[in-house]
Amino acid sequence: MPPRKLVTGALLAAGSLAGSVLVRRRAARRRERVDLYAEDGSMHSFAEGTVEADRLLPLAHEILAAQ
Amino acid sequence: MLATMDAAQAIADLTEISPQVRQVAAVGADGSVLGSNLSDESAAAQLVERARRLLDTAEELRPGIAQIEAATIDGSVFVVRDGERLIAATTTPEPTVGLVFYDLKTCLRSIDPPKPKRRPAKKKEADDAAA
Repeated sequence: MPPRKLVTGALLAAGSLAGSVLVRRRAARRRERVDLYAEDGSMHSFAEGTVEADRLLPLAHEILAAQ
Repeated sequence: MLATMDAAQAIADLTEISPQVRQVAAVGADGSVLGSNLSDESAAAQLVERARRLLDTAEELRPGIAQIEAATIDGSVFVVRDGERLIAATTTPEPTVGLVFYDLKTCLRSIDPPKPKRRPAKKKEADDAAA
């Protein structure tokens, strides 16, 4: 295989890998969650799909929908 | 120490320094709305009632909650408690969480506490009667 094709292939592979990492990072950041901060300084984070988030997120949606 | 001010001024300052904050309402120890940037009083009461429900539900799940951030795709909801008082706010999506919490706490603490009712000066009257 000519070296030029090899370089092009490697660049395409690297580009798509970087793109997928960016998309996954963005998607993870956009995931809904609830963070509860306790008086003792501890923090619990509940991502959507957990029992806690499923009880709290609808209330947050209700507040935001009223805007 | 923070200088105290009226709720309207504190909330105006908050929304000026924190453009991520959309709606905000502060609640006194007696549950009354101290101030809000909502033009409609019933909308402010509704925001407070829903924020209180969010806090109560969070308390059921984890007792001893001081503050909450519920992050959704449409924006975030923040509730901060300071003693018996609390402040609730909505923000744009992906806010700077630490800054918003700091600004909300500062706003709540800068609001004048309600003035206690003055008691009649009974001791002086009793002294005058004795003289």
